Amino acid sequence: MADEIRVAIDSEADIVAARQQGRALAAELGFSSGDLTLIATAISEVARNIVAYAKRGEIVLSHANQGSKRGIVVVARDQGPGIPDIAQAMQDGYSTSHGLGLGLPGAKRLMDEFDIASQVGQGTTIVMKKWARHHG
Amino acid sequence: MTQKTEGQALGQPKDGGTESLVRELVAYLREQREVLRRQWVEQTTAKGYLADLTPEEIETESAIIYDTCVGCLETGKYDAAQAYAAKMAKRGVLRGMTTEQIIGGLATMRDIYGRSLFQHYHHDLARLSAAALDIYEPVANKILSIVAMACIEERERVVRQQQEAMRELSTPVLQLREGLLILPIIGLIDTQRARQLTEGLLRAIRANRARVVVMDITGVPAVDSKVANHLLQTVQAARLMGAAVIVTGLSAEVAQTLVTIGVDLSSLNTLSDLQSGIEEADRLVGYRVITAEATMARNAET
Amino acid sequence: MEVPILKQGDYLIATIQAALSDAALLKLRDELVERVGRFRARGVVLDVTVLDVMDSFTTRTLRGIAHMTKLRGARTIIVGIQPEVAFAMTQLGMTLEGVETALDLDGGLAALRQGTKGGGDRGR
Repeated sequence: MADEIRVAIDSEADIVAARQQGRALAAELGFSSGDLTLIATAISEVARNIVAYAKRGEIVLSHANQGSKRGIVVVARDQGPGIPDIAQAMQDGYSTSHGLGLGLPGAKRLMDEFDIASQVGQGTTIVMKKWARHHG
Repeated sequence: MTQKTEGQALGQPKDGGTESLVRELVAYLREQREVLRRQWVEQTTAKGYLADLTPEEIETESAIIYDTCVGCLETGKYDAAQAYAAKMAKRGVLRGMTTEQIIGGLATMRDIYGRSLFQHYHHDLARLSAAALDIYEPVANKILSIVAMACIEERERVVRQQQEAMRELSTPVLQLREGLLILPIIGLIDTQRARQLTEGLLRAIRANRARVVVMDITGVPAVDSKVANHLLQTVQAARLMGAAVIVTGLSAEVAQTLVTIGVDLSSLNTLSDLQSGIEEADRLVGYRVITAEATMARNAET
Repeated sequence: MEVPILKQGDYLIATIQAALSDAALLKLRDELVERVGRFRARGVVLDVTVLDVMDSFTTRTLRGIAHMTKLRGARTIIVGIQPEVAFAMTQLGMTLEGVETALDLDGGLAALRQGTKGGGDRGR
């Protein structure tokens, strides 16, 4: 298993690549098929966010351990305009009423952990994690 | 003659004295490998700890265990021990070995090592003290705790697996007629159960090509806004697969509470009891048959 | 990648064959709307069985297809949403409210033949 997989997001065509790589890594980590779809969908949303607002950025996929649990870590990074009001962006109503579907609150619901840091004029970094539920 | 060994990290002695003693211990244990390994096999077999292993397995595993433990002593790293312990616990549990057998086996080895060290250094109390107490003991304790933890984690994993299986059994999806599923839910619904329920229902919709689901929640004792939202999501997901959901068993009190809290139930098709739900479902499913026949009859006339 | 669009009587059937880029999905939308007008189709069945992810953009575009074709006199039924995808969509908050759905191609055609009563969005 690779330590880290970087997927450059230069255009919307890269969104599919990012989520397919994410799905592959998650499968290696032993996530259930339902979780694979949740992870791929969350990656799609944050990658789409990069394309829509920052034009370019990258998605970095890696794995992590927490005790005996294994998990996937998704970092979505861009040097775009940044989000002026993160709290507002994370509100459901905001994204759906704007119809722009920032998709961030949605992505947050799909993952176990979700952290976002953004500076206007500098860019945005999102770190999402999901832990594999114990299986047989 | 004795070097200070207090406060030094395991396997990373800072002064030459301890480091050389570690090397000496490792060399000694390697040299004594066959003797001590044989002793271990004899004692554990006598105590019945290895009852489930074949003679070949005993030979192989005892060698691996021996080498792994000495390796920890030599390198101060426990990754190999951790990996082996996890594997051992999994196999042990699966084959019905008790924790007593697994840990008993390791405690016996510890005992054998210890006695051997005492025999080897009995003429030099200071060296014995440094070797046994400062170098060997911490490693032996660490290995034992690694094995104990591995056993515990494996047991917990099995329990979780069984709980999940029980949960699956507790929410069966039943096909009443072609295209009609019934999902009677009994018991409390938490996030995990809601998800399991939903996934099971969606798979059943696909497998049975169901067009209507009657979801009965009479047996759900506590329906608060969280549970209501779970149910709403289940209904929405079923709809995405082309199945209509009729919710039955929502008592008047619960309905009132939910409306008061502000949960939007307007999109739900609800009926008071399972019987009415099934009748309504039949109407939904049967309706299409009537329409098709009427259309065919009309076409035949023209 | 082209999405084949077949004509079956008054209906159009479009089956997505692989994950689509945004541009390809929008192209599909425009083609469907155009053909509905050209052939005066009364129904469209859009099969998304192959899609392993339906994110916010895909969902919005599908809703767009349903609305636009309706304006041109056709009902669009989305079929083939898989269990994991359906679950993920509800978690994401995308419910395709107001868009008719069916389990598969057969179900979609049956719903279309049924006429304006029943079929698809029966969940009220």
